[in-house]
Amino acid sequence: MKTIKDVASLSECYDLLIIGAGPAGMVAAATGAEQGLSTLLIDENPAPGGQIYRGITTTPVAAKETLGADYWRGTDLVHALTASDAVYAPETTVWSVGPAAEGTSDPGRMEVGVSVGGAARLIQARQVIAATGALERPFPIPGWTLPGVMTAGGAQIALKTSGLVPDGRVVVAGSGPLLYLLTAQLRAAGATISVMLDTTPLENWGRAIRHASDFLRSPYLGKGLKLLLGAERGMRIVRGVTAISANGDSQVKSVRFRHGSKEEELPCDVLLLHQGVVPNINLANAVGCALDWDEDQLTWVPQTDDWYETSVKGFAIAGDGAGIGGAESAALRGRIAALGAGHRLGRLSANDRDQRAAPVRAELMRASRGRRFLDVLYRPAKAFRIPKADDTIVCRCEEVTAGKLRETVALGVTGPNQMKSFLRCGMGPCQGRLCGLTVTELIADARGVPPTEVGGYRLRPPIKPITLGELAALPKTPAAIKAVER
Amino acid sequence: MFRRLPDLGGETVNFTIDGRPATARLGDTVAAALLASGMESCRTTPVSGAPRAPYCMMGVCFECLVTINGIGNRQGCLIPVAEGMAVETQKGARAIASEYSAKGDAA
Amino acid sequence: MTQNIETHFESEIAVIGGGLVGSATAYGLARRGARVLVLDEGDIAYRASRGNFALVWVQSKGLGMPEYAAWTKASAEQWSTLAKSLRDETDIDVAHHQPGGFVLCLSEAEMEARINAMRRLHNQPKMVQYPYEILDHNETKRRLPAIGSDVVGSVFCPLDGHVNSLRLFRALHTAMARLKVDYRPNSPVESIRPDHDGFLINGPWGQARVQKLVLAAGLDNARLAPMVGLHAPVRPSKGQVIVTEKAAPFLHHPMVTVRQTDEGGVMIGDSQEDLDFDTVVTPPVISLMAQRAVRMFPLLAGLNVVRTWSALRVMSPDGFPIYDQSQSCPGAFVVTCHSGVTLAANHTLTLAHHILEGVLPASLEAFSSRRFHVSSAA
Repeated sequence: MKTIKDVASLSECYDLLIIGAGPAGMVAAATGAEQGLSTLLIDENPAPGGQIYRGITTTPVAAKETLGADYWRGTDLVHALTASDAVYAPETTVWSVGPAAEGTSDPGRMEVGVSVGGAARLIQARQVIAATGALERPFPIPGWTLPGVMTAGGAQIALKTSGLVPDGRVVVAGSGPLLYLLTAQLRAAGATISVMLDTTPLENWGRAIRHASDFLRSPYLGKGLKLLLGAERGMRIVRGVTAISANGDSQVKSVRFRHGSKEEELPCDVLLLHQGVVPNINLANAVGCALDWDEDQLTWVPQTDDWYETSVKGFAIAGDGAGIGGAESAALRGRIAALGAGHRLGRLSANDRDQRAAPVRAELMRASRGRRFLDVLYRPAKAFRIPKADDTIVCRCEEVTAGKLRETVALGVTGPNQMKSFLRCGMGPCQGRLCGLTVTELIADARGVPPTEVGGYRLRPPIKPITLGELAALPKTPAAIKAVER
Repeated sequence: MFRRLPDLGGETVNFTIDGRPATARLGDTVAAALLASGMESCRTTPVSGAPRAPYCMMGVCFECLVTINGIGNRQGCLIPVAEGMAVETQKGARAIASEYSAKGDAA
Repeated sequence: MTQNIETHFESEIAVIGGGLVGSATAYGLARRGARVLVLDEGDIAYRASRGNFALVWVQSKGLGMPEYAAWTKASAEQWSTLAKSLRDETDIDVAHHQPGGFVLCLSEAEMEARINAMRRLHNQPKMVQYPYEILDHNETKRRLPAIGSDVVGSVFCPLDGHVNSLRLFRALHTAMARLKVDYRPNSPVESIRPDHDGFLINGPWGQARVQKLVLAAGLDNARLAPMVGLHAPVRPSKGQVIVTEKAAPFLHHPMVTVRQTDEGGVMIGDSQEDLDFDTVVTPPVISLMAQRAVRMFPLLAGLNVVRTWSALRVMSPDGFPIYDQSQSCPGAFVVTCHSGVTLAANHTLTLAHHILEGVLPASLEAFSSRRFHVSSAA
């Protein structure tokens, strides 16, 4: 593996360009290089691993049992990447992907805008695989913008990369397998969690049970039981929590919650929120990939074929960015996507490709078993997706509340894009990552129509920050001069 | 808000927060270093002036925006802290006019 | 779509199009007590209103049609009345400011071309009078300290200004709702048929019967106008826009291509391409726009871009608005322009009145689409 740390050292064009160095991206890069493709792996973090294996080559948390065996499995993926001929560009962002300008020799090429250390450049790629992973589902409760309130995943990253644990009275709240995992990791590292507020709707159990047989034969079962039993020891767990708010002026001071008919308020210094993860589709959306609403995972999922190629030719999505499946599944899907790209580039015959992919697909089938049970069981409650209280902030950047959104639906605004124009929601620096799903679901709910009818934000580049100075330094064309210098 | 686990080893990095000396562990991002320093918030918003602190730690929420070496609105969770780095908390919208004149004075 | 049940409704007057032009007109009609129906498209549409640059702009408008200069100036002069009326009606402050605006020039050639254009504009017969100043670098710098050394000079006009156009859009819709305008989103219009004493409007949503009709459907006016004996040969003109993160206020006047919004973001715009309905953002164009903005104001170089987008202006063959009443179907009007913000005040305060009266005044005759088929009329 060759590491590049400045834009000037990048080639003009790569056969395969991969965005994101998590499990899917690392495996896709190694698989691309293994086929002899010139392969570039771009990642915005300083070291490979993505979020699930964040800091795997640098973590100061030496005791293996703290982060657990599943975390350390990432080491093999890093080794495979390091041993490959792929080019790796850390601390590098991709801010746009689009069709290459007319006049290039190969019309199928894509043009990728990259930025490293304050300098931007446009390079080309014959195939692109976005391995942009997942992000935590928005958790819009009253007070979620207060300092002291973070995502549980955020606390996990602080642990992995810096050996930091939350201090004082720590409350974790939400639902999903990762919540239990993160809690176990934090406790193993020495954090004291005062209480866990489990928001899994009790009625989900009844629905999930239908999918239990697969789950009982899946590796999730053993892991899940261990986490559940572990959690019961030495920590209060409140189940069936139906409302949560964080309170304080400049910092969270207490958390108030309801379970059954009871209301409680507990002092709190750190509140960690988590209710599952959703695909990070900002790039796919800006590129113009067709997206579908997934009613189980309650999120937008890009349409992909058997090789994870999207509706945009030459642009594939591997890993959780194409639908949540977890780290193991992501790595397998990274391999399949890179084999598909190799075939499209004429490097592998269809037969070769299929043969190489067959065992990976078998393993993927096994790794995905039981997933549906988890999706159904941990489908977050409506009250935590669509805030009931009108003063709850939905768009954190522009500070737009649920009440304002509902009021504007009543004016006749039928979708998130007109909503953006009216209220600026989704127009801040996070570009709707933290409010997009909520805004779609809230409008759908207020109008009494399904989210597919409402749609999502339409995004445009840059999907990562780029300065005007960087943009100004890019090449111009005669057509651009005609369009601007009139 | 956060504490460091004992016996981590590793090198120490000296930097400043709003001019006050602080230390971090080599490999920390600016946001992690701020959490470790016990700092409550890293900025106030340009919309209402409400205080905010790092939220996602993975570059998606843009809550950990701080001024680093005189440049505002940098994502603290993506930038490794470096020896001698000057980190400043932000109040409201980025003050580009004073950033620019400070840069001119330094040059 | 779920709308398989046909809707039938009636109203005094229908406005087709709920963008800035349609909603400003509808608001004006409703303020005068008319019962108004607005038929609009949905969340995804070619909406010039979401892509405009929010200027209330007078200088440089009207070369080739002095009536347009006068109409523009009149709108600029009554813009504070519109802003006040919207605030009274809705409590929404649309951040209307007319502190005067600049066109900055980055070369002697640009400066000369600009000065010539201003002279030609103001030397036209029947041209309305208003002040403007030609400023050299030093005088421009005195008034705009943030400019860079590449700025050769500027043209300043004290009438120019800007608003928060998204808030204007919301204020107009809020005002319409207060005045009981029947606003119907997701209601595309398929056909319009003159009927005795009015019009029948059809779409997948059903049918509406109205006495009067205003076509304010932007680019779709080209298709709709002939249905009622009108002519609106408009074409898309693509404009790309860059917007930055919020910055503390540093720019207190609008430029024709750069402005800081009341919320702090900096908008950079004014590219123009004729590429049919293509709305892709292209790096070379936004790069050049960014470069020119940074040359104008070097302190912008470090600002992060939050979004770029493109939208389609609604361009008539000569670039001027079209205001017309159908001769074969009286009661049907067409309203189309690419300055929905600047002209909003006229649309609400003046045009709506004439539409209700049923007669467009002589002062608006120049805007009739008859100007596009002079030869066939002759």
